[in-house]
Amino acid sequence: MTETVEQGQQPPNAWVAVCTKRQLIPERGVAVLVKDQQVALFRVTAPDGSDFVYAVGHKDPFSDANVIARGIVGSVGAGEELRDTVASPMYKHVFDLATGECLTDPAGRLPVYRTWIAGGVVYIHPVPIAPPALVA
Amino acid sequence: MSSTHPLGSQSAPRRLCVVGGGMVAHRLVEALLDRDTDKAWEVDLFCEEPMAPYDRVALTSYFSGKTPADLVLGDEDLAADPRVSVHLGSTVTAIDPAGRKVTTEEGVTAWDALVLATGSSAFVPPVTGCDLPGAFVYRTVQDVRDLEAWVERLQEGAAVFEGGRDVRPVTGVVVGGGLLGLEAAGALHGMGVATTVVEFADRLMPLQVDEGGGASLRRIVEGMGVQVLTSTASAALHAGESGAVRSMEFADGSIVDADVVVFATGVRPRDELARAAGLVIGERGGVVVDDSCLTVAEDVYAVGEVACIQGRTWGLVGPGNTMAEVVVDRLLGGGATFPGADTSTKLKLLGVDVASFGDAFAEAPGSLEVTYADPVAGVYKKLVMSDDAKTLLGGVLVGDASAYASLRPMLGAELGSDPNAWLLPEGSGAPVMGDLPDAANVCSCNNVTAGTIRCSVTDEGCTDLAGVKACTKAGTSCGSCLPLVKKLMTTELEKAGVTVSNALCEHFEFSRAQLFDIISVTGLRNFSEIISSHGTGRGCDICRPVVASILSSLGTGHVMDTDLARLQDTNDHVMANLQKDGTYSVVPRVPAGEITPAGLIAIGQVAADFGLYTKITGGQRIDLFGARLEQLPEIWKRLVEAGFESGHAYGKSLRTVKSCVGSTWCRYGVQDSVGMAIDLELRYRGLRSPHKLKLGVSGCARECAEARGKDVGVIATDNGWNLYVGGNGGFTPRHAQLFAEDLDTETLVRTIDRFLMYYVRTADRLQRTAPWVEAHEGGIDAIREVIMEDSLGICADLDAAMESHVDNYRDEWAATLADPAKLSQFVSFINAPDAGDPDLTYVEERGQRRPATAEERESGAPIIAGPRLATRTWESDATEGMVHS
Repeated sequence: MTETVEQGQQPPNAWVAVCTKRQLIPERGVAVLVKDQQVALFRVTAPDGSDFVYAVGHKDPFSDANVIARGIVGSVGAGEELRDTVASPMYKHVFDLATGECLTDPAGRLPVYRTWIAGGVVYIHPVPIAPPALVA
Repeated sequence: MSSTHPLGSQSAPRRLCVVGGGMVAHRLVEALLDRDTDKAWEVDLFCEEPMAPYDRVALTSYFSGKTPADLVLGDEDLAADPRVSVHLGSTVTAIDPAGRKVTTEEGVTAWDALVLATGSSAFVPPVTGCDLPGAFVYRTVQDVRDLEAWVERLQEGAAVFEGGRDVRPVTGVVVGGGLLGLEAAGALHGMGVATTVVEFADRLMPLQVDEGGGASLRRIVEGMGVQVLTSTASAALHAGESGAVRSMEFADGSIVDADVVVFATGVRPRDELARAAGLVIGERGGVVVDDSCLTVAEDVYAVGEVACIQGRTWGLVGPGNTMAEVVVDRLLGGGATFPGADTSTKLKLLGVDVASFGDAFAEAPGSLEVTYADPVAGVYKKLVMSDDAKTLLGGVLVGDASAYASLRPMLGAELGSDPNAWLLPEGSGAPVMGDLPDAANVCSCNNVTAGTIRCSVTDEGCTDLAGVKACTKAGTSCGSCLPLVKKLMTTELEKAGVTVSNALCEHFEFSRAQLFDIISVTGLRNFSEIISSHGTGRGCDICRPVVASILSSLGTGHVMDTDLARLQDTNDHVMANLQKDGTYSVVPRVPAGEITPAGLIAIGQVAADFGLYTKITGGQRIDLFGARLEQLPEIWKRLVEAGFESGHAYGKSLRTVKSCVGSTWCRYGVQDSVGMAIDLELRYRGLRSPHKLKLGVSGCARECAEARGKDVGVIATDNGWNLYVGGNGGFTPRHAQLFAEDLDTETLVRTIDRFLMYYVRTADRLQRTAPWVEAHEGGIDAIREVIMEDSLGICADLDAAMESHVDNYRDEWAATLADPAKLSQFVSFINAPDAGDPDLTYVEERGQRRPATAEERESGAPIIAGPRLATRTWESDATEGMVHS
């Protein structure tokens, strides 16, 4: 709960406008600088046609190189179990875009950021979401 | 989480604060009271104006005898409901999203949810004299009262006497010929004022009607005695002796009488409270909200004209009311979203029917316009139809809008009859490694032998590649042994009588060759279509590059074209080779390794200027390391100018054709190996294949070009050329086998054409030519029959495919440099296009720079930055200068 309170105390303008949605090629990542943090954005289109923008850390934890945004977007599983993924271009580790978990080696994890899209503009909150494991 | 609110009648009511008392605010409160049957909410409504919310759209009716009280909205007084506290004449001076409070002159009010419905204010252009007495705007009840009083005073008094004798009528100018301007003109005209409407655009109501409609509208308006000036810009208001406005001057210097001026030049969202509170504001003003009308602050919504939704603000009450309904639904726990707004309008202005709906300006590609015009009656009608003239896309009706009610619901539907019938006045009317010894080391990264892999299948029960990898760790590091691991596994499974899936990955049940046939036969050229009709899910880093390679082999577009771009491994996408620190290496093509001194100097100069580490490759070319993403276009611009092209070192494609110096210089050479190698390299450059392809040409049997270590090796003989196929270095080195002897040049080239194309079409993913030849039923002899004797009858097809490749080759880098859309993707950070990755650090070694190791970075050893790095300004606020759409 402490997490929530701290985030609640962020001024509303802590959100950083980083780009327009149109600048995001579907399923092709881009990197943005969010207050000295390197964040990788991925725009994916859901089966219903709606757009969603994932934001995860740009640094590949297995190579320490800032390359995640240049990975290939994909999915693991099907139906309700379908998880959107990105494969790091460095050693091909596959990460869950929604949780930041590495599906091929649990030793690594990417930070996950909140995104907000309004008026075609993509906003990122610079405070990463605490990993679910730590919250629980 | 504080954003979820427990609902139910047992909870204490939550407080909603609505800032603004306009029409949308009224709708919101009214709808909430109506639908909040659990009485979960209580409302504070702050109205700046001293009267209850009224119908601003009907403002003009004030001049036709209606009183302000007649304009008040709603059958019942909101204030009469005990759940609502209406604060009339109460201006909110600050909002505090974090503290959940609003401040008014009377004090501070707390809230659980806040709605900003502050609307707009009239915009007055900064024209000289725009603040003189007699200049008005047209927005509130108070505005129309003031306007009326001013006109009446003029008409009663002596203000318009000239020289004390001649009386002239009171003259008025309305600046702005849009919807509101015509309303104001109607009001002035109705008061007996000699009225002129001045519009900057070339027609009246430029946002709603087209040229034809505007012309018709003008005739009617002028016919009523209202003067119309279009394409006219206002310059200044001049005062008379009384100090009040007396005349108006235009940009062309002309002056007209004006005792009263009304500005109807648009509105500006009143977003100042939101600005002060640090909410996100749109480029042209307005509080930015998402599709649920939620601003960036928790539980703070914005609706109506102050909201910037889907990138724009709306000056119409219809979209505003829709937003109000969305917020009410959200407040009551629903999931409504703003569906977009309908800009259709039908109004009666100055007694003239004007309607505009759908694609009124025929902006849809290929749309057709059907028009009817009767200048005498002042009627103009236009229907915008789809390219087949069947579907109604939009329209404009001026003078007679009786068909609007029937046509408006038909938008996007087939009209079902001749569109003309609606327009006429009387109209009515929608991958053979199975024998490898058990002791053979298959995965050198993890020391896994062939025997271990076989055991994983026979003893451990593994049935798929993922299982074998997990069980043995084979192929879990560099992955280069995976095709071999898969082959070993498959052989064991087949021995055990298990049917082996040759599925590419979890998304496709087909092998690469099968997928190649499917794509080739179906003509599908788009990944979305291919995976939805022949696969599942979103694809992955295995199947996506395979499909990209197949599409490229079939000659589909540039590697960076949108649909292909998302399928590419980063190397193919940015046309460079990813290195361990995230930078790339660049390899210009040096056909056959022949390079001029000027070419060497050019490459050297580029390397020096960009601080790139240089190394000679095994393929007789030069590799330039350490280029950052955003530097690639600049580097390639220089290389292309110096006459170089992409070397495709990044692709599963032809890399190099290595050659010895041959008969031109060598005293032993029997043929011109360099010339042949150049011809072959230029012929197959850019050819996408299941794995990288390397060729070699030696000028005599001494074989200095090591051609038998290549996928295709050519060795000169006294009588022509011997052709070898299926050689490679790397993980499992193989010597190429003799395929044909003493070929003349033409036959040689044709044979290589067919060999390569046959391989491209039928090999498995990442299967090099050697295992492909071994796996081919009947081995090399069968392939020879296919290619040299046309045993399958496919040679003409293979030849045509290669011709097509040769004809359609274009240098990818030159094409990229010519395309700003592609160039824009070469940035390390999209919101800081000039910034490089600040984490890159280098140390100097043997006169060049190389990436610093983790130890070096931590020890604080002397770190150098590249020559250009120092001039970059990553420290600057990179979020500035972003481009909003």
